[in-house]
Amino acid sequence: METPLTQHISFDRPCYNLRDYEKNGGYQALRKALSLSPESITNTVQASDLKGRGGAGFNTGMKWSFVPMNGHYPVKYLIANADEMEPGTFKDRMLMEGNPHQLIEGMIVSAFAIQANISYIFLRWAYKKAGRLLTHAIEEAYAAGYLGKNILGTGYNLEMYLHTGVGRYICGEETALLNALEGKRATPRAKPPFPQVSGLFGKPTIVNNVETLCNIPHIINNGPDWFKSLGKGNDAGTKIYGVSGRVKRPGLWELPMGVSMRELIEDCAGGMANGYGFRGALPGGASTDFLVEEHLDINLDYKSVAAAGSRLGTGTMIILDDHTCPVGFVHNLEHFFAQESCGWCTPCREGLPWTEKILLSIERGEGRPEDLQLLETHTRLLGPGNTFCALAPGAMEPLQSALKYFREDFEKHIDQKKCPWR
Amino acid sequence: MPLAVTIMVRIYIDQKPYDVKPGKNLLETCLTLGLDLPYFCWHPAMGSVGACRQCAVKLFKDENDKTGRLVMACMEGVRDNMYLSVNDTVAHDFRSQNIEWLMSNHPHDCAVCDEGGSCHLQDMTVMTGHAYRRFRFPKRTYQNQYLGPFLHHEMNRCIQCYRCVRFYKDYAGGKDLDVFAAHNHVYFGREKDGVLENEFSGNLAEVCPTGVFTDKTLREHYTRKWDMTMAPSVCQHCSLGCNIIAGERYGALRQITNRFNGAVNGYFICDRGRYGYEFVNDPGRIRQPVIRSEKESLNLFESLSGILTEGKLIGIGSPRASLEANFALRRLVGEANFYQGIPENEAMLLRKILAIQHSGHVYTPSLKETEYADVTLVLGEDPTNSAPRLALALRQAVRTKPIENIAGANIPLWNDAAVREMIQDEKGELFMAYPVNTKLDEVASGTLHAAPEDIARLGFAIAHYMDNSAPAPEGMDAGTLESARRMADLLLKAERPLIVSGTSLFNEDIIRAAYQIGQALEKGEKKAALCFVMPECNSAGLAMMQAPSLAMAMKAAETGNFATAVILENDLYRRAKRSEVDRFLAAFKNTIVLDHLENDTARMATVLIPTATFAEGEGTLVNNEERAQRFFQVFMPKNEHIRESWRWLDEFRQFRDGTKPDELRELDNLLEELVNAMAQFKGAEMAAPLSDFRINGQRIPREPHRFSGRTAMLANVAVSEPKPPEDTDSPFSFTMEGYRGMPPAPLTPFYWSPGWNSGQSVHKYQSEAGGPLRGGDPGVRLLGGGIHFSNGFQSTIPPAFERQTDEMALVPLPHIFGSDELSVHSSSVEGRAPRPYIALNSLDAERLHTAEGVTLRMRIGDQVFDLPVMLKNELPEGVAGLPYNLPPMSGITWPAKGILINTTS
Repeated sequence: METPLTQHISFDRPCYNLRDYEKNGGYQALRKALSLSPESITNTVQASDLKGRGGAGFNTGMKWSFVPMNGHYPVKYLIANADEMEPGTFKDRMLMEGNPHQLIEGMIVSAFAIQANISYIFLRWAYKKAGRLLTHAIEEAYAAGYLGKNILGTGYNLEMYLHTGVGRYICGEETALLNALEGKRATPRAKPPFPQVSGLFGKPTIVNNVETLCNIPHIINNGPDWFKSLGKGNDAGTKIYGVSGRVKRPGLWELPMGVSMRELIEDCAGGMANGYGFRGALPGGASTDFLVEEHLDINLDYKSVAAAGSRLGTGTMIILDDHTCPVGFVHNLEHFFAQESCGWCTPCREGLPWTEKILLSIERGEGRPEDLQLLETHTRLLGPGNTFCALAPGAMEPLQSALKYFREDFEKHIDQKKCPWR
Repeated sequence: MPLAVTIMVRIYIDQKPYDVKPGKNLLETCLTLGLDLPYFCWHPAMGSVGACRQCAVKLFKDENDKTGRLVMACMEGVRDNMYLSVNDTVAHDFRSQNIEWLMSNHPHDCAVCDEGGSCHLQDMTVMTGHAYRRFRFPKRTYQNQYLGPFLHHEMNRCIQCYRCVRFYKDYAGGKDLDVFAAHNHVYFGREKDGVLENEFSGNLAEVCPTGVFTDKTLREHYTRKWDMTMAPSVCQHCSLGCNIIAGERYGALRQITNRFNGAVNGYFICDRGRYGYEFVNDPGRIRQPVIRSEKESLNLFESLSGILTEGKLIGIGSPRASLEANFALRRLVGEANFYQGIPENEAMLLRKILAIQHSGHVYTPSLKETEYADVTLVLGEDPTNSAPRLALALRQAVRTKPIENIAGANIPLWNDAAVREMIQDEKGELFMAYPVNTKLDEVASGTLHAAPEDIARLGFAIAHYMDNSAPAPEGMDAGTLESARRMADLLLKAERPLIVSGTSLFNEDIIRAAYQIGQALEKGEKKAALCFVMPECNSAGLAMMQAPSLAMAMKAAETGNFATAVILENDLYRRAKRSEVDRFLAAFKNTIVLDHLENDTARMATVLIPTATFAEGEGTLVNNEERAQRFFQVFMPKNEHIRESWRWLDEFRQFRDGTKPDELRELDNLLEELVNAMAQFKGAEMAAPLSDFRINGQRIPREPHRFSGRTAMLANVAVSEPKPPEDTDSPFSFTMEGYRGMPPAPLTPFYWSPGWNSGQSVHKYQSEAGGPLRGGDPGVRLLGGGIHFSNGFQSTIPPAFERQTDEMALVPLPHIFGSDELSVHSSSVEGRAPRPYIALNSLDAERLHTAEGVTLRMRIGDQVFDLPVMLKNELPEGVAGLPYNLPPMSGITWPAKGILINTTS
């Protein structure tokens, strides 16, 4: 089984420095890419069917193809979204701490493909170690002529900056990230216009997730067909899957796209911890719908998870076990989302705290029968399109599915006027 | 603006077809169509950002789509063949739920909230049908801030629509109001308590859809909007003539709000205009006629008939009095004996400006049109202080070119956030030439801080670069020449070049230079826009009467031909040196002064006549673009002595000529007479419908139909309801009775429409949301007047300024708060006025062995002022700046030179 993303990652030793990375084939993709036309790189990536690993799952090459290439835009930007703040998600951290040069190489190739001359890594504030390693790796890349002016004598220029956020979940939303990077409030922007046309400082910009960008060198080296062959079913490539919660071995694994949920939980994570039973899982981070027992055999690719009523999201799963109160579990998530709302649009700013307060009151045994109706109203009205960005709709996914699959638990809280788990 | 043929697009709203204008968003389209769609964050002057989610409608893919999806109307452009529903249940329920979300933290304190009754949030809440509150948790609370004398802050009421920061920061360029914190604890305020610095802060009270920012001066004498008697009026505090609504109760003026005029002020007025009104309520008002005579117990009639019968009258008019008042005086004293009442230099500058405006070589833009200039040159004005609303317009003008530049990006202009994102800090060309830093410098692409002579020379240089036949100034430094060449190039290439100049520096050469540039830009029918700032609200109107200046009056008085001076609403001690005015007044046996506020001239009167302010009377003013605009009496003063100056002056004829009371003039026939006497005013009589105007035989009520307490408010005096005063001069009634529908634009006393109690209802009065008022924006331009203003232009270029060793050249620096005679009577405005100072370059200060804050003695002839030094290093050496007309620094004859003495050394 091929594991291109993690093949050079081992936490038993320090991560590769530039020389080690080069010795193991590093920056070959860049050398190759610089000999190709930018358009052909975009075509290759589009043909590989690489989909964005940040959660939305949009074809990466197609996203790039919307960037104007007619020479009218002398300034363009490429940005790595490394603001990994989705609860339960820690895959990008592993990629950056394990092999920072892989990200940098992926970014240079991607920037070349859209002919951007400035790139940023927007890094989550708390990722101190990744920050240190990336800073060093960027310095090494500059020294080796992979960054800066006239890269490898090709005449192509690219500057790369590491920008550290201040720990706001909304900065993971690409347009809020752009505002934050401009020094403005981290408030999302309306689309259209899309960042590909009017992004950072109003210039054409591509924002890609770290894992997405890490795939680029391998696609350039091995071709789109190879990449497609890595996937098991509907989707191409490998994916860093993760499991957290009360399993025997929580962690991250690079697996073919489309591995089944059961394989992931039972084979990789070793099944549920002793004494704990499986009740459900959020398959791709906190902002995805619960999947339950009946879904264990579905394949974890974009289409199959969507067909089961959830989203693959970041592919990092949070398990709900049978010793944990689902109301408390969801309350905790909604507390997070309410706190991380940027405060721009009404439904999110006012609706999320309301759901959080209702959930807390149910959890404390102060819930009222009509509360469930109110919660359902919120899950419906905080849907996509009604709010300014995807934060609130994402926040409603665990809640709406919890109301569907664990309704009895909610009702018990209200009937018994207490949390049955306490 | 060229007329473009608009091809309408067809949209279907709730199955009904409508042909609508393309390029608009669905929200403004629905409002234009008269549909009630609630909104908060959208503002017609500021566009859409999609934050509040209140204007949700259902959009269908096509006519067969029955499901549709919710979209925010403000963020969706109209397209041909669009199917949508406003009444759709899902859309309606969402809008209602959105209000419930907003109200979850709103304090429900309407009964004690200043906004109550004219609150957009109240209106929208009722409109969506949200009534029952399901949120059962504690509301979040905030600490309020002290924001200075103009605005009261009550953050708990905030619904986070972001309009305040979008207006204050994005639109008005303010720096000290922002949004802080996040999620459901977003806070709108200053970094810490303190005075809001921006000159347009008062607009927040109207921009805020609820009671977060409210008018603090109204709060001092609060009354509900529905309990005010209101009239359409015109601001008295600068030459731009912004339209306002003034409201009264119990004989006190309570509030000024913006009155939309699409060609002038649009949605916004400045803080001087909003808060300067309290001179009307001043305890120093003149309340009864005063006769200062050696003969005892002479009554007014006896006294006046004696004086007037003797004749030999000289009349001194006023730029702050109405056309009618000035005309009535002119008629009383005779054309030959009527003088302008302003210094000679000011009168000369205004003559030049009028000659330019009537020359046919330049175009005089409306205030609104200045917003669309693509290249602007400001020669010798600081609009933020001399004509504030113009500064706000120029801030929009610098965005014109960048917005045009992104036309290819397919971003609709109403999409404010996207437009701002794409243009970033790009600014169009604005060049500011003024002796000191101005607030507009921060958005300017170039500045020149120089002496007035050198500002004029820059102008001549620009004209020369555009047209070789215009003479070139000699001996200019290379840097300034380069600026001039660049500016000439930009102006020539501009589609809509604008030159702003005016009287502020009292420099004729600057005005001539502006004209020279205008002439150089003239290309056939296409003429450059020249906007001239003038000193006062009726400076243009008075100057158009073509009477000689006060200096000429003083000369005439020396002949001894006059027995009596009749001085109209004019404190001459602000116009000339004290000794000169003293000598002038001493030349008469009698001095009749008509004014509304006690001042030094009034104190010298032998007969003092109390007059009405703008709030107590009607009249017509001509603004800097020669737009004649009518202001209407807001309330009938209880004090019968307080009458319009024109009425008093007309009544004077009774005493002199024995005119019978029924032959006395009303406003209409006085205007008619004025227009017949002076053709240049033709059209002024049409500035508003005449007094006999009725709709369905009905008058237009000054009071909203909810006006309360009519039978009770004077019950402490008498239980029977007093007869409401009759208005013989306007089509208004002083009650809530009358025509209920929409009056013509110049006769709109307040904005109200069913379901729309707040000022947001103005869109109902517009031909399209954000567009001109129905029937056209009020005011009549007098530019076609067909008179010839003599044009004695010489093309001489002044020599460069040279520092004198013995005396300083003095330049007057106007201040928005302080330089205007009337508005400083408002304690809120007075509190924002600077203390007197003398501004110096630090090199000059060194020469005088003085420093910041140290008092210097300044001598202008026999006038002596002790003033603390304020260092302004951008001032050229040898030039000192003085706050213009800031009490007690009035009576200086500009331009002036002064000797500075360090009395401490």
